[in-house]
Amino acid sequence: MQHGKYRFIVGFLVIPLAIYAIFVISPFVQAIYYSFTDWTGLSSDMKMVGFDNYTRLFKDSVFWAAVGNSVTLLLLLPVVTLSLGLFFAFMLNVGGRRRKKAVIGGVRGSGTYKILYFFPQVLSIPIVALLFQFAYNPESGALNAFFKAIGLDNVQPDWLGDPQLALWCIMGAMFWANVGFYVVLFSAGMSSIPKDFYEAALLDGANRFNTFFRITLPLLWDTVQTGWIYMGILALDVSAFAFVQIMSVGPGGPDYSTEVLPLYVYQKTFRDGQAGYATSIGVSLLIVTLIFSAIVMRLGRRERLEF
Amino acid sequence: MSVQTTKPPAATGRDGAGGRGRKGGESGEGRVLNVFSHGVLVIWGLLVTMPLLWAVISSFKDDGEIFGSPWGLPSALHFDNWARAWDKANMGQYFFNSLVVVGGSLIGTMLLGSMAAYVLARFDFPGNRFIYFLFVGGMGFPIILALVPLFFVMKNMALLDTYHGLILVYIGYSLPFTVFFLSGFFRTLPTSVAEAALIDGASHTRTFFQVMLPMAKPGLISVGIFNFLGQWNQYLLPTVLNVGDPDKKVLTQGLVALAVSQGYKGDWSGLFAGLTIAMLPVLGAYIIFQRQVVAGLTAGALK
Repeated sequence: MQHGKYRFIVGFLVIPLAIYAIFVISPFVQAIYYSFTDWTGLSSDMKMVGFDNYTRLFKDSVFWAAVGNSVTLLLLLPVVTLSLGLFFAFMLNVGGRRRKKAVIGGVRGSGTYKILYFFPQVLSIPIVALLFQFAYNPESGALNAFFKAIGLDNVQPDWLGDPQLALWCIMGAMFWANVGFYVVLFSAGMSSIPKDFYEAALLDGANRFNTFFRITLPLLWDTVQTGWIYMGILALDVSAFAFVQIMSVGPGGPDYSTEVLPLYVYQKTFRDGQAGYATSIGVSLLIVTLIFSAIVMRLGRRERLEF
Repeated sequence: MSVQTTKPPAATGRDGAGGRGRKGGESGEGRVLNVFSHGVLVIWGLLVTMPLLWAVISSFKDDGEIFGSPWGLPSALHFDNWARAWDKANMGQYFFNSLVVVGGSLIGTMLLGSMAAYVLARFDFPGNRFIYFLFVGGMGFPIILALVPLFFVMKNMALLDTYHGLILVYIGYSLPFTVFFLSGFFRTLPTSVAEAALIDGASHTRTFFQVMLPMAKPGLISVGIFNFLGQWNQYLLPTVLNVGDPDKKVLTQGLVALAVSQGYKGDWSGLFAGLTIAMLPVLGAYIIFQRQVVAGLTAGALK
């Protein structure tokens, strides 16, 4: 049987491992190597340049603009998204006034809200990004038309074209797209909290405010932390790239006001033919991601509550 | 208490989900708070649905109406927008490409992912932990970092701009979560059933396909939905790896290409129609299967 077991193990693992090694692992390892070369990405010529790419980063003002914007996303996106998600989920599951039978319950129509709120989550990022791009369009967009309709004719911002506003506009679309998922996720978490906890709290005369901060949030902490990390990675990687690339006016927005790290990696590689330099930006992105995860883990560490 | 105060200010909104002034609520606590919170919920509901409705309505307008009265209703239903987007703007072709790629990669991901997860979860062998962490570690890396070398790996293997190339890459990048989730799931399944099958003379392979896989069905459905949404909405990978042949574009890329080209041509109605075509099937599928979708996604994240 022993011999058959190993053949079985190898047989089952070899294809998935091969695909994973070729398309995921090897590119990551190569990326770190390329970051020490002057590779253009166009020909196979390259030579080792040591830490030149990394020292060049320090003098690259666009890089620092991108770092600044990425860090802004990293700080604001999780906080706002998760807070809204928590608030809505609490209202929909616990915040309702008490009915005859149930001890706790959501507000009326909470089922419908949950379905509605999740809509953006099933749409792809380009759909959401394009939708918002139309809404922000200064001439015929829904937002400026709305301002006109309610008599605010002179409030006609340039939205995505305004360096002061552009990043906020893109963030708005990202909030819109992500809150629904956390409403549903936190709802699932809240529904597994035993009802008698709430019952006891009610007998003690706790109001909704106290119930939330003393019961719901502490018991949901693990889920919140997972969501935090997930949202942070989103803000640094795929999601940020797609939203900014599609919605930005010109490359990286007016005055690089919406330039973010993943987009800069992409531009340096495929537009400017500086693949070696681009990968060193990618490595710094990886470092930011790791620092972020470490901080969240450290801050989030607290006694695990069992229930 | 009066019915008035329990009714949120905007509850007459079209989603009809707001409170319909019902008598109830024995607790006198926070009447103001209630109006406030209901109001916020309704506002967010409107914020979520309005842009979608707006896109659908705009897809029936002609260009003049889109510019002239962005918030108005169309004077006539211009179905020709839809036809134009489907045929001339290639949305039909993009749709088909997405179906092929996602169909292939979803089957591949589920099959290969569950095979690897099963072996890693239920067999002891040297290197087991190492391979497991190799897979799981992939969840935390920024994909953008791998893109440049990946582009050249694909180029050297002549896989750029092909269906099968894209399928392989989608499978590769879906494996970390799939293996992580399913190995957790396989670990929870009872050992006795698998042992009974082996004693009855079934091979390991047969035990896997005929006993273990069917038992893992709930887990498979969860990951399946997660992967389907992720792969169907994938934008970054095709943007980089699938740029040579315009007819090979998947839906998400095609949509962005359409936005750029229609922007030049000024065919906004066609663009809205394209957007609606891309949007409605997924929304429809979600409404039908929303229970499974929600259960699947939250099961993944709560574990």
